[in-house]
Amino acid sequence: MSVFTLSQASKEEQLVKELSALTEHHRARCEPYDRILSASGFTSASSIADLPWLPVRLFKTLELKCIPDDEVFKVLTSSGTTGDVSRIHLDKAAAAEQQRRLAATVQTVLGSKRLPMLLVDTKAMLKDRRSFSARGAGVLGMSTFGRDHVWALDHDGEVDLGAIRGFLDKHGDQPFLIFGFTFLVWLHLYEVALAHGLDLSNGILIHSGGWKKLIDQAVSPEEFRDRLRRVGLTRVHNYYGMVEQIGTIFLEGPNGGSLYCPDFADVVVRDPETWAELPPGEPGLLEVVSTLPTSYPGHVLLTEDLGVVHGIDDGDWPGKRFSVLGRLPRAEARGCSDTYRGAA
Amino acid sequence: MTELQRLREAFRSALDLPADEPVDELRYQDNEKWDSLAHMSLVAAVEDEFSVMIDTDDVINMSSFAEAVRILGKYGVDVK
Repeated sequence: MSVFTLSQASKEEQLVKELSALTEHHRARCEPYDRILSASGFTSASSIADLPWLPVRLFKTLELKCIPDDEVFKVLTSSGTTGDVSRIHLDKAAAAEQQRRLAATVQTVLGSKRLPMLLVDTKAMLKDRRSFSARGAGVLGMSTFGRDHVWALDHDGEVDLGAIRGFLDKHGDQPFLIFGFTFLVWLHLYEVALAHGLDLSNGILIHSGGWKKLIDQAVSPEEFRDRLRRVGLTRVHNYYGMVEQIGTIFLEGPNGGSLYCPDFADVVVRDPETWAELPPGEPGLLEVVSTLPTSYPGHVLLTEDLGVVHGIDDGDWPGKRFSVLGRLPRAEARGCSDTYRGAA
Repeated sequence: MTELQRLREAFRSALDLPADEPVDELRYQDNEKWDSLAHMSLVAAVEDEFSVMIDTDDVINMSSFAEAVRILGKYGVDVK
Protein backbone atom coordinates (compact mmCIF):
# COMPACT_ATOMS: atom_id res chain seq x y z
CA MET A 1 0.00 0.00 0.00
CA SER A 2 1.35 3.37 -0.99
CA VAL A 3 1.02 6.73 0.72
CA PHE A 4 2.06 8.42 -2.52
CA THR A 5 -1.28 8.40 -4.29
CA LEU A 6 -2.80 11.89 -4.48
CA SER A 7 -2.55 14.14 -7.49
CA GLN A 8 -1.62 17.71 -6.61
CA ALA A 9 -5.18 18.94 -7.15
CA SER A 10 -6.69 16.32 -4.82
CA LYS A 11 -3.97 16.88 -2.26
CA GLU A 12 -4.46 20.64 -2.36
CA GLU A 13 -8.18 20.22 -1.74
CA GLN A 14 -7.72 17.73 1.09
CA LEU A 15 -4.77 19.36 2.85
CA VAL A 16 -6.14 22.91 2.82
CA LYS A 17 -9.13 21.62 4.76
CA GLU A 18 -7.16 19.49 7.20
CA LEU A 19 -4.38 22.01 7.78
CA SER A 20 -6.84 24.89 8.22
CA ALA A 21 -8.65 22.84 10.84
CA LEU A 22 -5.31 22.11 12.53
CA THR A 23 -4.47 25.81 12.49
CA GLU A 24 -7.69 26.57 14.39
CA HIS A 25 -7.07 23.64 16.73
CA HIS A 26 -3.62 24.96 17.59
CA ARG A 27 -4.77 28.56 17.93
CA ALA A 28 -7.34 27.52 20.49
CA ARG A 29 -4.76 25.62 22.55
CA CYS A 30 -1.46 27.43 22.12
CA GLU A 31 -1.49 31.02 23.20
CA PRO A 32 1.85 32.16 21.72
CA TYR A 33 0.85 30.61 18.40
CA ASP A 34 -2.47 32.43 18.46
CA ARG A 35 -0.67 35.72 19.17
CA ILE A 36 1.69 35.19 16.25
CA LEU A 37 -1.21 34.52 13.92
CA SER A 38 -3.20 37.48 15.20
CA ALA A 39 -0.21 39.75 14.68
CA SER A 40 0.25 38.44 11.16
CA GLY A 41 -3.39 39.24 10.38
CA PHE A 42 -4.14 35.71 9.25
CA THR A 43 -7.80 34.82 8.89
CA SER A 44 -8.20 31.94 6.47
CA ALA A 45 -6.38 30.07 3.70
CA SER A 46 -7.70 29.10 0.29
CA SER A 47 -4.54 27.24 -0.73
CA ILE A 48 -1.69 25.39 0.97
CA ALA A 49 0.61 28.29 0.19
CA ASP A 50 -1.81 30.66 1.99
CA LEU A 51 -1.44 28.85 5.28
CA PRO A 52 0.49 30.75 7.94
CA TRP A 53 3.98 29.32 8.38
CA LEU A 54 6.25 29.42 11.37
CA PRO A 55 10.02 29.60 10.95
CA VAL A 56 11.30 26.25 12.14
CA ARG A 57 13.76 27.85 14.53
CA LEU A 58 10.89 29.27 16.56
CA PHE A 59 10.77 25.87 18.25
CA LYS A 60 14.21 26.65 19.62
CA THR A 61 13.19 29.90 21.24
CA LEU A 62 9.56 29.33 22.29
CA GLU A 63 7.80 26.46 23.97
CA LEU A 64 5.04 25.79 21.49
CA LYS A 65 2.66 23.01 22.39
CA CYS A 66 -1.07 22.42 22.27
CA ILE A 67 -1.41 19.87 25.03
CA PRO A 68 -1.51 20.25 28.82
CA ASP A 69 1.69 19.37 30.67
CA ASP A 70 0.28 16.14 32.07
CA GLU A 71 -0.42 14.84 28.57
CA VAL A 72 3.14 15.31 27.35
CA PHE A 73 4.37 11.82 26.54
CA LYS A 74 7.68 12.60 24.84
CA VAL A 75 9.77 15.68 24.27
CA LEU A 76 11.97 15.36 21.21
CA THR A 77 14.98 17.57 20.89
CA SER A 78 17.23 18.34 18.00
CA SER A 79 20.43 20.24 18.12
CA GLY A 80 20.74 22.59 15.21
CA THR A 81 23.79 24.25 13.75
CA THR A 82 23.37 27.16 16.15
CA GLY A 83 23.61 24.97 19.23
CA ASP A 84 20.04 25.89 20.13
CA VAL A 85 17.70 22.99 20.59
CA SER A 86 14.21 22.52 19.22
CA ARG A 87 11.76 21.06 21.69
CA ILE A 88 8.88 19.13 20.19
CA HIS A 89 6.10 17.95 22.50
CA LEU A 90 4.15 14.82 21.66
CA ASP A 91 1.19 13.29 23.42
CA LYS A 92 0.55 9.56 23.21
CA ALA A 93 -1.70 9.86 20.17
CA ALA A 94 0.76 12.00 18.21
CA ALA A 95 3.67 9.71 19.10
CA ALA A 96 1.80 6.63 17.92
CA GLU A 97 0.52 8.31 14.77
CA GLN A 98 3.91 9.61 13.66
CA GLN A 99 5.36 6.13 13.94
CA ARG A 100 2.50 4.61 11.96
CA ARG A 101 2.80 7.17 9.17
CA LEU A 102 6.55 6.79 8.97
CA ALA A 103 6.05 3.04 8.71
CA ALA A 104 3.43 3.44 5.98
CA THR A 105 5.78 5.73 4.05
CA VAL A 106 8.78 3.42 4.27
CA GLN A 107 6.67 0.35 3.51
CA THR A 108 5.90 1.86 0.13
CA VAL A 109 9.40 0.81 -0.91
CA LEU A 110 10.08 -2.02 1.56
CA GLY A 111 6.77 -3.88 1.81
CA SER A 112 5.22 -5.07 5.07
CA LYS A 113 7.85 -7.69 5.95
CA ARG A 114 10.83 -6.65 7.99
CA LEU A 115 14.01 -7.27 6.04
CA PRO A 116 17.44 -8.26 7.32
CA MET A 117 19.10 -4.94 8.04
CA LEU A 118 22.61 -3.63 7.72
CA LEU A 119 23.10 -0.41 9.65
CA VAL A 120 25.92 1.71 8.34
CA ASP A 121 26.75 3.11 11.73
CA THR A 122 28.15 2.11 15.09
CA LYS A 123 26.24 0.72 18.02
CA ALA A 124 28.37 2.89 20.30
CA MET A 125 26.07 5.76 19.33
CA LEU A 126 23.27 4.21 21.37
CA LYS A 127 25.42 3.79 24.47
CA ASP A 128 23.73 6.47 26.48
CA ARG A 129 20.16 5.29 26.09
CA ARG A 130 18.74 8.32 27.87
CA SER A 131 20.02 10.84 25.39
CA PHE A 132 20.52 9.64 21.86
CA SER A 133 21.95 12.00 19.34
CA ALA A 134 19.64 12.91 16.47
CA ARG A 135 21.65 10.37 14.48
CA GLY A 136 21.00 7.69 17.09
CA ALA A 137 17.29 8.43 17.17
CA GLY A 138 17.15 8.21 13.37
CA VAL A 139 18.89 4.85 13.32
CA LEU A 140 16.71 3.52 16.08
CA GLY A 141 13.51 4.69 14.41
CA MET A 142 14.49 3.06 11.17
CA SER A 143 15.55 -0.19 12.82
CA THR A 144 11.87 -1.04 13.33
CA PHE A 145 11.74 -1.88 9.63
CA GLY A 146 14.52 -4.44 9.87
CA ARG A 147 15.42 -7.64 11.66
CA ASP A 148 18.69 -9.50 12.33
CA HIS A 149 20.38 -6.11 12.58
CA VAL A 150 24.10 -5.96 11.89
CA TRP A 151 26.24 -2.86 12.46
CA ALA A 152 28.71 -2.14 9.66
CA LEU A 153 30.99 -0.08 11.90
CA ASP A 154 32.65 -1.22 15.09
CA HIS A 155 32.67 0.65 18.40
CA ASP A 156 35.46 2.92 17.24
CA GLY A 157 33.58 3.82 14.06
CA GLU A 158 35.91 1.74 11.88
CA VAL A 159 34.54 -0.48 9.11
CA ASP A 160 33.83 -3.97 10.42
CA LEU A 161 34.46 -5.91 7.23
CA GLY A 162 33.94 -9.22 9.00
CA ALA A 163 30.48 -8.17 10.16
CA ILE A 164 29.50 -6.92 6.70
CA ARG A 165 30.77 -10.12 5.05
CA GLY A 166 28.96 -12.23 7.64
CA PHE A 167 25.73 -10.33 6.99
CA LEU A 168 26.02 -10.76 3.23
CA ASP A 169 26.88 -14.47 3.51
CA LYS A 170 23.74 -15.00 5.54
CA HIS A 171 21.30 -12.61 3.88
CA GLY A 172 22.85 -11.39 0.63
CA ASP A 173 20.85 -13.72 -1.62
CA GLN A 174 17.49 -12.22 -0.64
CA PRO A 175 16.21 -8.65 -0.33
CA PHE A 176 17.80 -6.80 2.57
CA LEU A 177 17.68 -3.29 3.95
CA ILE A 178 20.63 -0.96 4.29
CA PHE A 179 20.22 2.20 6.32
CA GLY A 180 22.70 4.91 7.03
CA PHE A 181 23.60 8.53 6.78
CA THR A 182 24.54 9.52 3.27
CA PHE A 183 28.12 10.42 4.03
CA LEU A 184 28.73 7.27 6.08
CA VAL A 185 27.23 5.11 3.32
CA TRP A 186 29.58 6.69 0.82
CA LEU A 187 32.68 6.45 2.95
CA HIS A 188 32.12 3.22 4.81
CA LEU A 189 29.98 1.10 2.53
CA TYR A 190 30.39 2.14 -1.08
CA GLU A 191 34.16 2.47 -0.95
CA VAL A 192 34.53 -0.73 1.06
CA ALA A 193 32.19 -2.67 -1.23
CA LEU A 194 34.13 -1.47 -4.24
CA ALA A 195 37.52 -2.31 -2.74
CA HIS A 196 36.47 -5.78 -1.59
CA GLY A 197 34.09 -6.76 -4.37
CA LEU A 198 31.04 -7.06 -2.09
CA ASP A 199 27.75 -7.82 -3.83
CA LEU A 200 24.99 -5.49 -2.66
CA SER A 201 22.61 -6.21 -5.52
CA ASN A 202 19.76 -7.41 -3.29
CA GLY A 203 20.05 -4.39 -1.05
CA ILE A 204 17.52 -1.59 -0.68
CA LEU A 205 19.31 1.49 0.60
CA ILE A 206 17.52 4.19 2.58
CA HIS A 207 19.75 7.12 3.44
CA SER A 208 19.52 10.66 4.70
CA GLY A 209 21.54 13.37 6.32
CA GLY A 210 22.41 15.98 3.78
CA TRP A 211 24.81 16.24 0.90
CA LYS A 212 27.16 18.89 2.17
CA LYS A 213 30.04 16.63 3.05
CA LEU A 214 29.69 14.77 -0.25
CA ILE A 215 29.49 17.92 -2.30
CA ASP A 216 32.71 18.98 -0.56
CA GLN A 217 34.18 15.81 -2.01
CA ALA A 218 32.66 16.71 -5.38
CA VAL A 219 30.11 13.87 -5.26
CA SER A 220 26.72 14.96 -6.58
CA PRO A 221 23.48 13.08 -5.83
CA GLU A 222 23.54 11.80 -9.43
CA GLU A 223 27.06 10.53 -9.09
CA PHE A 224 26.19 8.92 -5.75
CA ARG A 225 23.50 6.84 -7.49
CA ASP A 226 25.70 6.04 -10.47
CA ARG A 227 28.57 4.88 -8.34
CA LEU A 228 26.35 2.78 -6.06
CA ARG A 229 25.07 1.02 -9.15
CA ARG A 230 28.62 -0.21 -9.68
CA VAL A 231 28.41 -2.25 -6.50
CA GLY A 232 25.01 -3.57 -7.55
CA LEU A 233 22.95 -1.20 -5.44
CA THR A 234 20.12 -0.01 -7.69
CA ARG A 235 17.27 0.43 -5.20
CA VAL A 236 18.29 3.62 -3.47
CA HIS A 237 16.02 6.07 -1.64
CA ASN A 238 17.24 9.28 -0.12
CA TYR A 239 14.88 11.04 2.26
CA TYR A 240 14.42 14.44 3.85
CA GLY A 241 12.80 15.05 7.19
CA MET A 242 13.25 16.89 10.46
CA VAL A 243 12.43 16.36 14.09
CA GLU A 244 10.08 19.36 14.01
CA GLN A 245 7.82 17.30 11.73
CA ILE A 246 8.60 13.90 13.15
CA GLY A 247 7.02 11.01 11.24
CA THR A 248 6.90 12.89 7.96
CA ILE A 249 9.61 12.05 5.46
CA PHE A 250 9.93 13.08 1.85
CA LEU A 251 11.16 10.03 0.00
CA GLU A 252 13.15 9.69 -3.20
CA GLY A 253 11.26 7.82 -5.91
CA PRO A 254 12.45 4.60 -7.57
CA ASN A 255 14.06 6.41 -10.48
CA GLY A 256 15.94 8.85 -8.32
CA GLY A 257 16.54 12.54 -8.75
CA SER A 258 13.49 13.78 -6.83
CA LEU A 259 11.92 13.61 -3.41
CA TYR A 260 8.16 13.02 -3.19
CA CYS A 261 5.60 14.13 -0.63
CA PRO A 262 3.42 11.55 1.11
CA ASP A 263 -0.35 12.12 0.90
CA PHE A 264 -0.45 13.86 4.29
CA ALA A 265 2.37 16.31 3.48
CA ASP A 266 3.51 18.80 0.88
CA VAL A 267 6.18 21.39 0.16
CA VAL A 268 6.07 25.02 -0.96
CA VAL A 269 9.14 26.83 -2.30
CA ARG A 270 9.24 30.53 -1.41
CA ASP A 271 11.17 33.53 -2.59
CA PRO A 272 13.40 34.36 0.41
CA GLU A 273 12.79 38.08 -0.03
CA THR A 274 9.11 38.38 -0.88
CA TRP A 275 7.91 35.02 0.59
CA ALA A 276 5.86 34.52 -2.60
CA GLU A 277 5.48 30.93 -3.78
CA LEU A 278 7.90 30.13 -6.60
CA PRO A 279 7.00 28.02 -9.63
CA PRO A 280 8.76 24.74 -10.51
CA GLY A 281 12.35 25.27 -11.59
CA GLU A 282 12.99 28.29 -9.38
CA PRO A 283 14.98 27.61 -6.21
CA GLY A 284 14.00 29.22 -2.92
CA LEU A 285 13.31 28.55 0.75
CA LEU A 286 11.58 25.30 1.48
CA GLU A 287 8.36 25.20 3.48
CA VAL A 288 7.09 21.82 4.66
CA VAL A 289 3.50 21.08 5.62
CA SER A 290 2.13 17.96 7.28
CA THR A 291 -1.05 16.92 9.06
CA LEU A 292 0.90 14.92 11.66
CA PRO A 293 1.74 17.70 14.18
CA THR A 294 -1.44 17.61 16.28
CA SER A 295 0.16 18.24 19.69
CA TYR A 296 2.27 21.25 18.68
CA PRO A 297 1.80 23.91 15.95
CA GLY A 298 4.39 22.48 13.56
CA HIS A 299 2.05 21.67 10.67
CA VAL A 300 3.32 24.52 8.45
CA LEU A 301 7.03 25.24 8.80
CA LEU A 302 9.44 27.39 6.91
CA THR A 303 12.77 25.56 6.96
CA GLU A 304 16.22 27.07 6.58
CA ASP A 305 16.90 24.82 3.59
CA LEU A 306 16.94 25.82 -0.02
CA GLY A 307 14.98 23.66 -2.41
CA VAL A 308 13.47 23.53 -5.84
CA VAL A 309 10.32 21.88 -7.18
CA HIS A 310 11.19 19.97 -10.36
CA GLY A 311 7.68 19.16 -11.49
CA ILE A 312 4.12 18.37 -10.48
CA ASP A 313 2.30 15.11 -11.27
CA ASP A 314 5.01 14.17 -13.76
CA GLY A 315 7.25 11.70 -11.94
CA ASP A 316 7.40 8.25 -10.34
CA TRP A 317 4.62 9.17 -7.95
CA PRO A 318 1.93 11.90 -8.13
CA GLY A 319 2.22 15.36 -6.60
CA LYS A 320 5.22 17.63 -6.35
CA ARG A 321 8.73 16.33 -6.77
CA PHE A 322 11.63 18.37 -5.48
CA SER A 323 15.23 18.49 -4.33
CA VAL A 324 16.89 20.01 -1.31
CA LEU A 325 19.80 22.19 -2.37
CA GLY A 326 21.41 22.91 1.00
CA ARG A 327 21.24 25.35 3.85
CA LEU A 328 20.39 28.99 3.50
CA PRO A 329 23.33 31.10 4.71
CA ARG A 330 22.56 31.91 8.34
CA ALA A 331 22.37 35.68 8.21
CA GLU A 332 19.51 35.57 5.75
CA ALA A 333 17.54 33.01 7.72
CA ARG A 334 17.69 35.16 10.82
CA GLY A 335 15.70 37.85 9.13
CA CYS A 336 12.58 35.76 8.91
CA SER A 337 12.55 34.50 12.46
CA ASP A 338 13.18 38.01 13.75
CA THR A 339 10.05 39.12 11.98
CA TYR A 340 8.09 36.55 13.88
CA ARG A 341 9.86 37.05 17.16
CA GLY A 342 8.90 40.70 16.87
CA ALA A 343 5.32 39.71 16.21
CA ALA A 344 5.26 37.31 19.13
CA MET B 1 6.44 -24.38 30.03
CA THR B 2 3.18 -22.99 28.72
CA GLU B 3 3.14 -20.37 25.98
CA LEU B 4 2.19 -17.79 28.58
CA GLN B 5 5.21 -18.64 30.72
CA ARG B 6 7.47 -18.56 27.70
CA LEU B 7 6.20 -15.12 26.71
CA ARG B 8 6.67 -13.82 30.25
CA GLU B 9 10.22 -15.14 30.22
CA ALA B 10 10.93 -13.51 26.85
CA PHE B 11 9.71 -10.18 28.22
CA ARG B 12 11.79 -10.47 31.39
CA SER B 13 14.97 -11.43 29.60
CA ALA B 14 14.62 -8.83 26.82
CA LEU B 15 13.74 -6.05 29.25
CA ASP B 16 16.25 -7.17 31.85
CA LEU B 17 13.65 -7.60 34.59
CA PRO B 18 13.95 -9.77 37.74
CA ALA B 19 12.71 -13.35 37.43
CA ASP B 20 9.72 -12.75 39.72
CA GLU B 21 8.64 -9.42 38.22
CA PRO B 22 5.01 -9.51 37.08
CA VAL B 23 4.81 -8.55 33.41
CA ASP B 24 1.21 -9.26 32.37
CA GLU B 25 0.17 -5.63 32.88
CA LEU B 26 3.29 -4.15 31.32
CA ARG B 27 2.90 -1.32 28.80
CA TYR B 28 5.45 0.22 26.47
CA GLN B 29 7.29 3.10 28.14
CA ASP B 30 5.35 2.81 31.39
CA ASN B 31 8.26 0.75 32.64
CA GLU B 32 11.56 2.59 32.17
CA LYS B 33 13.26 -0.59 30.95
CA TRP B 34 10.88 -0.85 27.98
CA ASP B 35 12.15 1.96 25.79
CA SER B 36 12.52 2.05 22.03
CA LEU B 37 15.90 0.35 22.10
CA ALA B 38 14.67 -2.47 24.34
CA HIS B 39 11.63 -2.82 22.09
CA MET B 40 13.78 -4.16 19.25
CA SER B 41 15.39 -6.70 21.63
CA LEU B 42 11.95 -7.68 22.84
CA VAL B 43 10.65 -8.25 19.32
CA ALA B 44 13.72 -10.34 18.50
CA ALA B 45 13.28 -12.36 21.72
CA VAL B 46 9.60 -13.02 21.01
CA GLU B 47 10.41 -14.00 17.42
CA ASP B 48 13.13 -16.39 18.55
CA GLU B 49 11.05 -17.92 21.30
CA PHE B 50 8.07 -18.70 19.08
CA SER B 51 9.84 -19.04 15.70
CA VAL B 52 7.71 -16.37 14.04
CA MET B 53 8.56 -13.33 11.93
CA ILE B 54 6.57 -10.32 13.02
CA ASP B 55 5.58 -7.74 10.39
CA THR B 56 6.47 -4.06 10.74
CA ASP B 57 2.94 -2.96 11.67
CA ASP B 58 2.78 -5.52 14.45
CA VAL B 59 6.17 -4.43 15.80
CA ILE B 60 4.74 -0.94 16.10
CA ASN B 61 1.47 -2.12 17.60
CA MET B 62 3.09 -4.33 20.23
CA SER B 63 2.64 -1.71 22.92
CA SER B 64 1.77 -3.93 25.88
CA PHE B 65 2.05 -7.49 27.08
CA ALA B 66 -1.62 -7.98 26.25
CA GLU B 67 -1.05 -6.70 22.71
CA ALA B 68 1.85 -9.14 22.32
CA VAL B 69 -0.51 -11.96 23.25
CA ARG B 70 -3.04 -10.77 20.69
CA ILE B 71 -0.44 -10.30 17.96
CA LEU B 72 1.08 -13.72 18.53
CA GLY B 73 -2.40 -15.13 17.98
CA LYS B 74 -2.29 -13.75 14.43
CA TYR B 75 0.84 -15.80 13.86
CA GLY B 76 -0.79 -18.98 15.13
CA VAL B 77 0.65 -18.91 18.65
CA ASP B 78 -2.09 -19.39 21.21
CA VAL B 79 -0.77 -17.80 24.39
CA LYS B 80 -2.55 -19.03 27.50
